[in-house]
Amino acid sequence: MNPFSSGTRLRDMIRAIRACKTAAEERAVVRKECAAIRSSINENDHDYRHRNIAKLMFIHMLGYPTHFGQMECLKLIASAEFPEKRIGYLGLMLLLDERQEVLMLVTNSLKQDLNHANQYIVGLALCALGNICSAEMARDLAPEVERLLQFRDPNTRKKAALCAIRIIKKVPDLAENFINPAAALLKEKHHGVLITGVQLCTDLCKVSAEALEYCRKCTGGLVRTLKDVANSPYAPEYDIAGITDPFLHIRLLRLLRVLGQGDADVSDLMNDILAQVATKTETNKNAGNAILYECVETIMSIEDNGGLRVLAINILGRFLSNRDNNIRYVALNMLMKAITVDTQAVQRHRATIVECVKDSDASIRKRALELVYLLVNESNVKPLTKELIEYLERSDQEFKGDLTAKICSIIAKFSPEKIWYIDQMLKVLSEAGNFVKDEVWHALIVVISNASDLHGYTVRALYRAFQTSAEQETLVRVAVWCIGEYGDLLVKNVGVLDIEDPITVTESDAVDVVEVAIKHHTSDLTTKAMSLIALLKLSSRFPSSSERIQDIIIQNRGSLVLELQQRSIEFNSVIEKHHNIRSALVERMPVLDEATFIGRRAGSTPATVSTSNGPSLNLPNGVTKPPAAPLVDLLDLSSDDAPAPSSSGADFLQDLLGVDLSPASKQPGISGTNQAPRTGTDVLLDLLSIETPPASPITDILSSSQVYKSPHASLEGLSSPSALSTRAATPAGAAPMMDLLDGFVPNSPISEDNGPVYPSIVAFESSSLRIMFNFSKARGNPQTTSIQATFTNLSPNVYTDFIFQAAVPKFLQLHLDPASSNTLPAGGNGSITQNLRVINSQHGKKSLVMRMRIAYKSNDEDILEEGQVSNFPRGL
Amino acid sequence: MIRFILLQNRQGKTRLAKYYVPLEDSEKHKVEYEFRTHKVIYRRYAGLFFSLCVDITDNELAYLECIHLFVEILDHFFSNVCELDLVFNFHKVYLILDEFILAGELQETSKKAIIERMGELEKLE
Repeated sequence: MNPFSSGTRLRDMIRAIRACKTAAEERAVVRKECAAIRSSINENDHDYRHRNIAKLMFIHMLGYPTHFGQMECLKLIASAEFPEKRIGYLGLMLLLDERQEVLMLVTNSLKQDLNHANQYIVGLALCALGNICSAEMARDLAPEVERLLQFRDPNTRKKAALCAIRIIKKVPDLAENFINPAAALLKEKHHGVLITGVQLCTDLCKVSAEALEYCRKCTGGLVRTLKDVANSPYAPEYDIAGITDPFLHIRLLRLLRVLGQGDADVSDLMNDILAQVATKTETNKNAGNAILYECVETIMSIEDNGGLRVLAINILGRFLSNRDNNIRYVALNMLMKAITVDTQAVQRHRATIVECVKDSDASIRKRALELVYLLVNESNVKPLTKELIEYLERSDQEFKGDLTAKICSIIAKFSPEKIWYIDQMLKVLSEAGNFVKDEVWHALIVVISNASDLHGYTVRALYRAFQTSAEQETLVRVAVWCIGEYGDLLVKNVGVLDIEDPITVTESDAVDVVEVAIKHHTSDLTTKAMSLIALLKLSSRFPSSSERIQDIIIQNRGSLVLELQQRSIEFNSVIEKHHNIRSALVERMPVLDEATFIGRRAGSTPATVSTSNGPSLNLPNGVTKPPAAPLVDLLDLSSDDAPAPSSSGADFLQDLLGVDLSPASKQPGISGTNQAPRTGTDVLLDLLSIETPPASPITDILSSSQVYKSPHASLEGLSSPSALSTRAATPAGAAPMMDLLDGFVPNSPISEDNGPVYPSIVAFESSSLRIMFNFSKARGNPQTTSIQATFTNLSPNVYTDFIFQAAVPKFLQLHLDPASSNTLPAGGNGSITQNLRVINSQHGKKSLVMRMRIAYKSNDEDILEEGQVSNFPRGL
Repeated sequence: MIRFILLQNRQGKTRLAKYYVPLEDSEKHKVEYEFRTHKVIYRRYAGLFFSLCVDITDNELAYLECIHLFVEILDHFFSNVCELDLVFNFHKVYLILDEFILAGELQETSKKAIIERMGELEKLE
């Protein structure tokens, strides 16, 4: 006999399938069986229908398609035999679901079976209906089910009740029909019927407001029932772990919850029983805890009763100390919901919750940490943070990230005083610096710079921390920045607080720190770049160590990373050749305004944040220094307390240009090429503006500084406009900035003289110098004016190092081309010409204005002349 | 409400699967423990995992008890049940389950009542 014919018994087939060693083998067996079943079905073989469906169910459970058996199920259902009906319904429930259209065909059979005399068959039908009926079937058969709700047999009643649940879920409109019978079920004595009745009512109330009203009237009865169950003596049939029918308890509590929500009177009725259940239920077994959990949920959901709420939260607190993970987990979940209702009560359990943060189970730790975060307030922030930081040392790597982030937020939000903030942050950095996000340590630096009386303390603390935890990258960065800024305070032991241990740090120790930071193999680009700047600062603050610092800096000259190479070469140059400007270059940073910083940080570009790292640009230029307050603003793009509390980089630019046009005293470069013959600057100039078109180095520097997010050295301000362009460094700001400073535009449009002609003007005239402006506009571009400036020397001396600079208000943009030379022969025997281009965004409404400054050497004297041009022709 | 019940052994073979909400066939064969609107509660008995997928608002501890009750019923019915009993008598397991849970809700909480009922049904076979 073919072992795979439909003659095999179910058992044998199962055995055969289990004996298969590989998936392919199993597939082969299944295929053969399916084929046998299919042919058996086709032959309409009655004897084995039962077995076939059983086999099909098994095959279905293994995951193979079995659609061909669906019709067979229908036939079985229609049969008159109980066993066949049974297996037919079973097959129906397994092989089909409500979305199949075949299901509709069953409706008639179901209807007949629901009216069958045999209550077992009725049970079968109800079961099938309850498990998979579709909406149409529900509608068709609802009256039958309604009738059966009042059937004499309790088994039928309970099945009908559950069936009704499904019906009202599928067709909520039918809910009204079930309200009365459902309410009647609530008075049952039989537990099975009672529990199903309760469930039906719960679902009815969720679906229909009318039902809710009706059931509320039955609350009294329900409370009594719950009381009976709670107080009932030992009933072996329903006993679980010493409690009689905990499931009924729970379902009743849930129904009471639904009824009590939003209705104070109803809630009142339940208070007693809730209190009783909450206090008298045994907690050593899961069943008891399940009841308590439901009870707590109910108490928290119904209308407020202070005493009960406290009781509920105390129960949760007890749960937290339970050994069972599940119970701790659900308690933490509930507490998170409870915290919105009653924070005070939850605070009392703070200690236990903090213990849970240290739990061995990962999900409990996470929940507990979130809960702790919600619990923090000003009064408990200090002890809480202390505990959390202690735990940070012991926690797992995966958890450290979360924990660090939360600790940092807590510290930032609630810190009562700056010194505490700095202390805690230093601890976090020492422990888990690598997990700290950029915004956090940027904020720390802002706070440090604001706490001017704590500068000494901070830098010493950082020095100490560096000795122990140099592997934490963020700590190294902050340390390097502070040592750079406040190195002198460190070495001279300025501002020692009482709580500090004495410590002597020599200059070379401080330089050691930065050297380690640069040389360490794990230091990344940001750290190294910051170290280079710090070294520059230190070379100014510690002149005696200048040589050593220079050596360190030089080592990076050949770095393959452009940023480092550039910095190294430039700083080296500053140290070597520009002593006179160095100290002013790296003066102490102005205090960063916290409020603007926070506001800006909320929606700012990275560059503005990072600019806090750069030194300010108060650079003198070797020229005499008239008061330059607005000028400082002009250049001080890096400083965050720039005058206008503007929050975008582009605004800096506006400030730059819109500022009061007082003499641009000591600064080299809003406009103008810097062809100063000083050899030092030449080097830099070469460096930065190597080939024509020189616009490209500007772009490079711009882009590189944007990429690395660190502002470039103040050095560039010395030589060329590119410095300012890097300062602005926001993409939006960059473009107009570049245009503004781009004195290197190769194609001078002046030669295009095909537009309206304007009269030339004498822009400036003094006893020694005359400047003439010739205008032209390109046709079709009325906003742009090309100006050719001619400088004539009216004195008998030759002028050398001739530099022309100009500044314009906000609504204008100015471009300067290189001048034809920077030596002006005497006596008007020659002249220098320089082309300018002005773009007037308010063309037609406002006319041009310009302030000028001319610097030159005459008879080895530095001379400075200034003037304002306000006689531009109208219409430019 | 229970959405589905799953019995699986340690190799992931499904010994019993009962769905109270329709799921795509592909979904049925995926084992997921992260749901958005519902959660999975499971308990391990020897080599078998009994999993219940319930609504997110349901009482987890209660369903743990529910699983335990089911296991006790099976134990009683098969007299010291083992995994093989469940494999070879899966259709009976389904019938027991249908007496215990209907439409995703608990039908009967008394072990004795369910066993008696199964006895009656067996007599009709």
